[in-house]
Amino acid sequence: MKNENVAVNASAVAPSTKAKNKKRKRSGSLDVQKSRMGWVFIAPFLLGFFLIYLPMIVESITFSFNNTVIQPGGYFLEPVGFANYSYAISNDPAFVTTLVGSVKELVFNVPAIVIFALFMAVLLNQKMRGRAIFRAIFFIPVIVSTGIIESIDVQNTLADAMQQVGGQEEGSIGGGGGAQIITAMDINSLLGGMRVGGGIVKYVVGLVNNVYGIINKSGVQMLIFLSGLQSISPAIYESCFIDGASAWETFWKITFPMISPMILVNAVYTVIDSFTTKTNSVMSYISSVYKSGNDEVSTAMSWMYFLIVVVLLAIVSGVLSAYVFYQRKDT
Amino acid sequence: MDTSSMTKKELKEYKKQLAREEAMRKIRAQEKTPFLMRLRYKYLTFYFLKQVIWALFRFVLLVGISYVILQPYISKIASSFMSKEDFTNVRVLLIAMNPTLDTYKAIITENDYFQALFNTTILSVLCGISQTLICTIVGYGFAKFKFRFKKLLFACVIFTMIVPHETIQFSMFMKFRYFDFWGIWDGFRNLLINLKDMFSFDGGVGAWYDAMVAAFAAKGIDAGFMDVIFSNPAGTIYSFGNMLNTPLPFAVLSFTGLAFKNGLFIYLMRQYFNGVPDELEEAAYVDGAGVIKTFVRIILPMSVTMMVTIFMFSFSWQWSDTFYTGLFYTNNKKFILLPNIVKIPSTLDTKYISQAAYETAIRNTCGLLILFPLVIVYLFAQRTLIEGVERSGITG
Repeated sequence: MKNENVAVNASAVAPSTKAKNKKRKRSGSLDVQKSRMGWVFIAPFLLGFFLIYLPMIVESITFSFNNTVIQPGGYFLEPVGFANYSYAISNDPAFVTTLVGSVKELVFNVPAIVIFALFMAVLLNQKMRGRAIFRAIFFIPVIVSTGIIESIDVQNTLADAMQQVGGQEEGSIGGGGGAQIITAMDINSLLGGMRVGGGIVKYVVGLVNNVYGIINKSGVQMLIFLSGLQSISPAIYESCFIDGASAWETFWKITFPMISPMILVNAVYTVIDSFTTKTNSVMSYISSVYKSGNDEVSTAMSWMYFLIVVVLLAIVSGVLSAYVFYQRKDT
Repeated sequence: MDTSSMTKKELKEYKKQLAREEAMRKIRAQEKTPFLMRLRYKYLTFYFLKQVIWALFRFVLLVGISYVILQPYISKIASSFMSKEDFTNVRVLLIAMNPTLDTYKAIITENDYFQALFNTTILSVLCGISQTLICTIVGYGFAKFKFRFKKLLFACVIFTMIVPHETIQFSMFMKFRYFDFWGIWDGFRNLLINLKDMFSFDGGVGAWYDAMVAAFAAKGIDAGFMDVIFSNPAGTIYSFGNMLNTPLPFAVLSFTGLAFKNGLFIYLMRQYFNGVPDELEEAAYVDGAGVIKTFVRIILPMSVTMMVTIFMFSFSWQWSDTFYTGLFYTNNKKFILLPNIVKIPSTLDTKYISQAAYETAIRNTCGLLILFPLVIVYLFAQRTLIEGVERSGITG
């Protein structure tokens, strides 16, 4: 394949040779050649997607409509229609409440994570001393906190719950959660004069106490924003500075519109990410159902959850894309 | 300067230059302001004050957030050096009174730390390299070639990104328990069994299997793959393609770009290659290089930074992964990986008053031991990593 292509491309340069002319007739123009090579390049993904992934998806959807009976030599399916779905919705004790709570949490967390990541990216993009060190620290969560720390924390809380003897807790300061940084009282006294509703107070308190989670979840988003900030031409900032714009104005008139595509990408990524992590309450509930042997019900739950998140994604991207500014629409 | 040796013209020029320098000196002297005045103009302005306040604010904020990020690790590291008595001591918060390395020693010797480290390193490096290569190739294919259904196929990539593997974990388990491509493999098995019936070996399928292995052994071929095709040869169950408890599921997922977050990697690579100017490849084509040669000789060397980034992601996510290893290694005694070492060593006596705190600290120490090599790798790679992501220039 390789040699043939080299020959054909060379024939585009030196078409006088007879043998090469023959080959070119067979293999068409350079464009056709290139498109064929495109298929070769994406072949691994194509194979994987159509031979492995799609069957798994189809199978998973089928499983959710069936009961699986494993027996020697394989397994067979017993169609039950929507029984698994209706079981998950009406009979399962905790699924619906967990689902609603998780979606609510997601709706609240997404703006917080995106705004925080944008803020930190703008900060880390400025020239200052020790920037490399701060960046290195800020991206530690991306590398480190994936599965293992979370699962250890879960084990720890389980162990703690199982043996609630002895109030000595000196050693277990880890985990980041636990201690409340501020209480609703503090925020109330701060926002008291501003006549805001109790909901906002609750939201702010929740955010501040969840700051560890938000920071940990916004690593990749920060990287994406940083890459976006790097791609803004410094000449634009220079001309703003010369025209006398303040930093505040520059941010809202230049940085924000230029980075708005990244805001869309990040919002979508955050939704996907926070719905696929293991700490997500629905995800962990589904996997506990899976481990208890109720495979089909857990699959049905997963697909319902997936549908809800797809709807959420559609809403988020639909709303945000109305505000996204594209500098040039050339692709 | 020796003026006598100059010609008239040169002398004139020289004098002109002297006069010019003199004039410059005069102007500079006029402009020169007193030292204190200059200090005042430079430092006692609103602009400078604003800068200082902003820098201070920024520094405090960054240090604070860094502390929030590092605090769990600091407290975990601190408690990992504590001895048993320190957990009952109210005065000990972070720094141990009787520092000890017993926790580390016990975990390393009893929980097979080095064996797990070795296994995990091999698995993660292989997964990282293969995923990086595959995602680079696929990303390049999506970025630089025009072909039919390209948009639809890229939507498929996005689809693999947004369906969490937890959703399909049951069918994934089934897939690799009874591995098959749309039933082709199964058909092949039936064909083999029919062949067996045609040649009618004695003693049923088991004997047939033994005969096959013997035949392969006679030809000097390792018959290990037979175990994959026909699992559990000695028993009665002849189910097909059991890949569990082998690294094969990881290989299959990595080589087809379906492993953890590979959709994201393909997306990142495509964005990066979209930013690479087409002229570069055109120049290579004009010089007579083919598509593959251009890719290997020109594109790959220039995208090393980006590939390091992808490698770091896939490597570290595989390193601390518990989902896939838990799913595919049903019997983790056989092939111990780092996440399996999180347990309480039996030589450490934890049965006393602050048992919960002590066991928490031990588990956290296990976590630290798992993450320690990863952090070392990160420290070496972080500069390239951040550079790579900055260069990708992702746009909506």
